[in-house]
Amino acid sequence: MSHAIAVQVSHVTKIFPVKKGDGVTALAEVSLTVNAGEFVSLIGPSGCGKSTLLRLIADLDQPTSGAVTVFGKPAHQARLDQDYGIAFQSAGLLPWRTVEANIELPLQLHRVPAATRRARVAELMSLVGLSDFAANFPDQLSGGMQQRVAIARSLAESPELLLMDEPFGALDEMTRERMQTELVRICAETGAAVVFVTHSIPEAVFLSDRVVVMSPRPGRIREIVDVALGEKRGEMLREEESFFEGVTRVREALHGAPTEARPDNAVRGVDLR
Amino acid sequence: MTGLVRRIGLGALAIVLLGVIWELYKAVGPAEGVDVAGLQLLPRTTDLAMPHIWDMIARALEPVNSSEGSPPVWTSVLLAGLSSLGTASVGLLIGSIVGFGLALLMQRFRVAESAVLPWLVLSQTVPLIALAPLIVSWGGRVQFGTFEWERWMSVAVIAAYLAFFPVAVGALRGLQSPDEINVELFHAYGSGWWATLRYLRLPASVPYLLPALRLGAASAIIGTVVAEVSTGAKGGIGRLIIEYAQSGSSDPAKAYSPIAVAVIMGLAAAGIVALAGATLKRYRRNEVTV
Repeated sequence: MSHAIAVQVSHVTKIFPVKKGDGVTALAEVSLTVNAGEFVSLIGPSGCGKSTLLRLIADLDQPTSGAVTVFGKPAHQARLDQDYGIAFQSAGLLPWRTVEANIELPLQLHRVPAATRRARVAELMSLVGLSDFAANFPDQLSGGMQQRVAIARSLAESPELLLMDEPFGALDEMTRERMQTELVRICAETGAAVVFVTHSIPEAVFLSDRVVVMSPRPGRIREIVDVALGEKRGEMLREEESFFEGVTRVREALHGAPTEARPDNAVRGVDLR
Repeated sequence: MTGLVRRIGLGALAIVLLGVIWELYKAVGPAEGVDVAGLQLLPRTTDLAMPHIWDMIARALEPVNSSEGSPPVWTSVLLAGLSSLGTASVGLLIGSIVGFGLALLMQRFRVAESAVLPWLVLSQTVPLIALAPLIVSWGGRVQFGTFEWERWMSVAVIAAYLAFFPVAVGALRGLQSPDEINVELFHAYGSGWWATLRYLRLPASVPYLLPALRLGAASAIIGTVVAEVSTGAKGGIGRLIIEYAQSGSSDPAKAYSPIAVAVIMGLAAAGIVALAGATLKRYRRNEVTV
């Protein structure tokens, strides 16, 4: 696929119906373009619709109005064609399958020949550094390792788009930073575009080319901050001036509620670690 | 392994304890039992009401009756037990298939769940005794070609009627047990209902199915015994329970052999299910120990 644009969200509104009343507007007139190979984070306080937006791209929910296309196709078709890989906040591994079999699952579901499957799984396990744990079951792994299995699983079909909904949200800070560094490396190796939902400003800045700052009730895009800290992002980056500058810019974008009486209200739920 | 030995040991100890209590009460309790204001609270302790345990065992080793070539009680009871166990297995098999089928239907169609589930609950409130003669008379009218409905088949149907319920309820819970995140993952993979069933819902239902089958097996055995009693089917343990109890006044120790075998049947059924569970260990990794 040689599409220059991975995801195109145009004028999308999502209203969740409630029993009484007009329904909750989760997203209002949101438009966003994610280029092929680009890493875009969605950040904002709870209830700003960032997860909803990701779910619309994944075709796990349908927009009330507006259109979502993935590699030029409607989101529904893109889901059926397996154009994206997905990872959630909890790893969601199947407990009766070994690490190996969990990574293999999407390939098995799509009837990939067994020999191809085995080779691909071995490749993915070394990519996420779990080759020694192939025969282990999920309950024998730490949270960070389980999440790495989930990421390997999302990469199984070599998608050109990865959708990640706070995949590191449940991890401790140390594991989290290590996983971020690994994700940067994996993205560089696979060249996939990523839409990444997060609560954490430093995480968004460290990982992203662009950070989409959203505001709640109704969910809108407030500002898109260009970060792009370069190809070579290692642990040292976290102590560099450009990193802190990015953090400041994203934080200001989050706080910047010009007409609201209490600006700190707007950042409730945002993790400033 | 030591856990298993320990559990079997404790089980055996409980049986011994029950025997000790029986004999202890028989030794110290008043012969006429304990009455409070005309209400009998504790049974009589005469040999007629409470035979000694060794008398029961001795009776089991003696012939059934005084006629020539009469087999010992224990073999006739055991054979009857095996026959009933066979009938109960057929009942459990039918009940499991029907129960699982209903669970699949209810999982697949929400409407079916709200339409069928109340009827399932209602079905279990019909007294078995009332149902048994009906099923026997319906069965009597079934006849195609050389096939002829036999009494034991009615018994198996009644056993199935009891067994299908726990299986249906347990299977439904199991099929609905996968987390939302896993269901969405399969949706994201573009998997249809069948693939989701095979790779997600079915394996996830195992920890729920096994206890359901254990309950179903116990129900099938109770159903078989009760149905044998109420339909008068020959050859089963239910028939012997009635037959031997009728000779109670002259031969009180005899009645306990078929009861013991009925208990053993229940244990055997539970054992078979447990054995099946052992082969499905990998699907029970996140099982809560019941």
